[in-house]
Amino acid sequence: MTTTAAEQPGQAPRGAAEKSRSPLWEALLRLRKNKIAMAGLVIISLFLIMALFSPWIAPHDPLEQSLYDKLQPPVWEETGTWTYPLGTDDFGRDLLSRIIYGSRISMLVGVVAVTISLFFGTLAGAVAGFYGGIIDNIIMRLMDILLAFPSILLAIVIVAFLGPSLENAMIAIGVVSIPRYARIVRGSVLEEYSKDYVQSARALGARDTRLIFVHILPNCLAPLIVQTTLGFASAILEAAALSFLGLGAQPPTPEWGAMLANGRALILRAWWAVTFPGVMILCAVLGFNLLGDGLRDALDPRLRE
Amino acid sequence: MSRFILRRFLSLIPTVLGISILVFFMIHLIPGDPAEMMLGERASEESLKQLREQLGLNEPLYVQYGLFMSRLVRGDLGRALRTNEKITTEIMQRFPATIELSLAAILIATVFGMLAGIISATRQYSFFDYISMVVSLIGVSMPIFWLGLVLMIIFSLHLGWLPLSGRLSYFIELETITNLYVIDSILTGNWTAFKDAVWHLIMPAFTLSTIPMAIIARITRSSMLEVLRQDYIRTAKAKGLSPVTVYLKHGLKNAMIPVITVIGLQFGILMGGAILTETIFAWPGIGNWILNAVYARDFNAVQGGTMLVATVFVLINLVVDILYAWVNPRIKVS
Amino acid sequence: MTEPLLEVKGLKTYFFTDRGIACAVDDVSFSIEPGRTLAIVGESGCGKSVTSLSVMRLIPTPPGRITAGEILFNGTDLLKVSEKRMRSIRGNQISMIFQEPMTSLNPVFRVREQISEVLKLHQKMGKAEALDKAVDLLRQVGIPSPESRVHDYPHQMSGGMRQRVMIAMALACDPRLIIADEPTTALDVTIQAQILELMDNLRDNTGAAILLITHDLGVVAETAEHVVVMYAGRVVEEAEVKDLFNDPLHPYTRGLMRSIPGTSAETDRSRLEAIPGVVPSLLNLPRGCKFNERCRHAFDRCLEAEPGLLAPKTGHLVRCWLFEDKEGE
Repeated sequence: MTTTAAEQPGQAPRGAAEKSRSPLWEALLRLRKNKIAMAGLVIISLFLIMALFSPWIAPHDPLEQSLYDKLQPPVWEETGTWTYPLGTDDFGRDLLSRIIYGSRISMLVGVVAVTISLFFGTLAGAVAGFYGGIIDNIIMRLMDILLAFPSILLAIVIVAFLGPSLENAMIAIGVVSIPRYARIVRGSVLEEYSKDYVQSARALGARDTRLIFVHILPNCLAPLIVQTTLGFASAILEAAALSFLGLGAQPPTPEWGAMLANGRALILRAWWAVTFPGVMILCAVLGFNLLGDGLRDALDPRLRE
Repeated sequence: MSRFILRRFLSLIPTVLGISILVFFMIHLIPGDPAEMMLGERASEESLKQLREQLGLNEPLYVQYGLFMSRLVRGDLGRALRTNEKITTEIMQRFPATIELSLAAILIATVFGMLAGIISATRQYSFFDYISMVVSLIGVSMPIFWLGLVLMIIFSLHLGWLPLSGRLSYFIELETITNLYVIDSILTGNWTAFKDAVWHLIMPAFTLSTIPMAIIARITRSSMLEVLRQDYIRTAKAKGLSPVTVYLKHGLKNAMIPVITVIGLQFGILMGGAILTETIFAWPGIGNWILNAVYARDFNAVQGGTMLVATVFVLINLVVDILYAWVNPRIKVS
Repeated sequence: MTEPLLEVKGLKTYFFTDRGIACAVDDVSFSIEPGRTLAIVGESGCGKSVTSLSVMRLIPTPPGRITAGEILFNGTDLLKVSEKRMRSIRGNQISMIFQEPMTSLNPVFRVREQISEVLKLHQKMGKAEALDKAVDLLRQVGIPSPESRVHDYPHQMSGGMRQRVMIAMALACDPRLIIADEPTTALDVTIQAQILELMDNLRDNTGAAILLITHDLGVVAETAEHVVVMYAGRVVEEAEVKDLFNDPLHPYTRGLMRSIPGTSAETDRSRLEAIPGVVPSLLNLPRGCKFNERCRHAFDRCLEAEPGLLAPKTGHLVRCWLFEDKEGE
């Protein structure tokens, strides 16, 4: 018997097939099999559809008041009607429509806040890791200081000084999570930087920006994607919290947190005005957290908690 | 060990200094004139001038920062706009309430979170494991300000089991020592007050504990699973130790190392999360106080409160570091 | 011959995985008398470690399960006793030394705690008494200044020292049987010799039996009296050490010897040979003799049917068709 014959007949073709797949494809396959991630993806898709097609889905204008239909209960309660499936608030506005339009604001907040923190975080991390020395020291000190505050407190304080509005809330939330991205990118840059291929590219005279964007950044994509997904979750949650405290979206904007704040005054009379906006916040945040968790498992097994 | 503590303590100085600079500059984030923002548009030129003087807004920046720091070091944060009380006095009155709430919350989170994590890890893929992981996934996504309201509707308004808000019923008298009411009522043997204080504490503390509980459950589970795969667990089993001893003595002490870090971090974050919980349950703590200062545009007070909470947060992280070294003998030597 | 201390009969330990059933140990039998050393030899994945863990009933379940056989220890079938009774045997009458001294000791407990824990558990010793005994044990296994080293954490010790601590732990309750799973593999050559010598002396002094699991025939030659060679979960050859080294029968055993410097009967040949191929996956074993794919003597019969254990010489068993005719000669 020879060496080649000793190989397992059943295993050889599988090994060959595995080699031809790219790591990204492998990750996607793992992701497909991850039930948790798929559940997250389904939830997120529902919210995206809701956000994109709100005018067609929502039965009413979210701002339209109907003083005769104040505090209507949901349809399954005794006095509920199909006109207002989830009931109305104290201005007679349709809760369902407001909730549907609310998804637009939450998705928007997610996109804007995450873009801010992703952009500045990546920039700060890449510069710090790449140039090292005093620049690195200054940038990372700054990040440490930002991390020295509980994030929701820092966001509240920033909005307090900038003035309460949805725009300022998005900026505050974005700024607060910059350090998370900066740390990831800096770590990857330092790791990749020491590798031979970067050093040889450098010796060949590659420019710094080219090195960063072509060679180094693609290698920290996996943790960045995970952080971005989880970042959506915390941005939506924090924005709702700020609006709930009256520091974010202002009435009558149909924002979930602001709706909750309004519902809080109705807590004795209209449980539905409190319940449904909260359920929406929970589901949206859950969706992104599920996907982020699944991505973490699929993209980089080393990143598991 | 003491040198390690000292070194870590000294490394706090630049961080706290950084925090103070950040907090100081916040007032310059205000678009327009801070004095006008604080006193409103109809304030007289006289009072505006006085406030500007008081805040030192006419001086160059570095002088302003110098003034700010010298007052900070002397423990003088100025007076609150609404009450004209000293800000430090107000903070000190409010702070124990937040401490009590946060301690209760982290206690609940740690006990139940770790319990769930340990059971899940020792019965991986069981029904309990599955359920507790789903619950903890929901837990980390929980908008606690909403959960608080829902609990209020259920347990106060519908069932009438728990008081709606506050720390103590108005008719209860309690001699305060530490200002942690639960502790004080035990110290003075005042059981009526004890029951009342605990009853008031349950809902806010549980609400505040949700997210850290879920996080602690998850980290305990994964850390425990990692540890249970280790060779020394097999050694412990080969010694004839019972499963309880193997898991709780040999497993848990190792698994605790990352868990402690998370508990500490979460405790710090709680001090921030307390703002929401305190607002919902009208809990007279520092978070509630900062928020009211925000509403009243009392920026001086906001700065003072923020400075305090951030410093406490940093101090908690220091304690966590020290605890970490204490649990993990490998760090002590190096 | 004395009564055997441990007698394993027809042991089958299977792992039920998603990808199929792995027959890690398939119909393995052997026995050990008190005061003797039996070595189980084989490449990694041959089932020797699973065998030792089966004796301790420490197979991770699921996916593993002992599906058949008897493990008689002093006449009691360990597979039939309650888990509680089994716990009172583990670390007490049967103790175990593991391969990795670096990871087999718990990093967060001092050595004194890890040793005295066994004493408190099985011998109901008090704290002070257990500490004294722990120091005593460390002295026995040759750790210098045991009074102070007993307070060390494992990471403060070298690999050799830690393995000595493992041995001290194993000896704590005067066990009748010590299972040593690759006790020297992770150690330097010089330390290896010291540890083996230590184990030899301890066996002679205490009269315990040793079940030595190793891939290293050199270690076997130095310490064991009796050898079982395993391949793909089966016993392929069994003999007294002398017989095995003088006249290895199974092509696999011969291959193992050729691949080791200085131990082979054919050492005059200056070059070493590796056995071609790799150990087959336990999920996907070949038909017939499990070694047929790597065997240079394989003929038709080897591909069709698996040989039983034959006895071409007294006290020398081999699982190979080559010896069918010579049986009982």
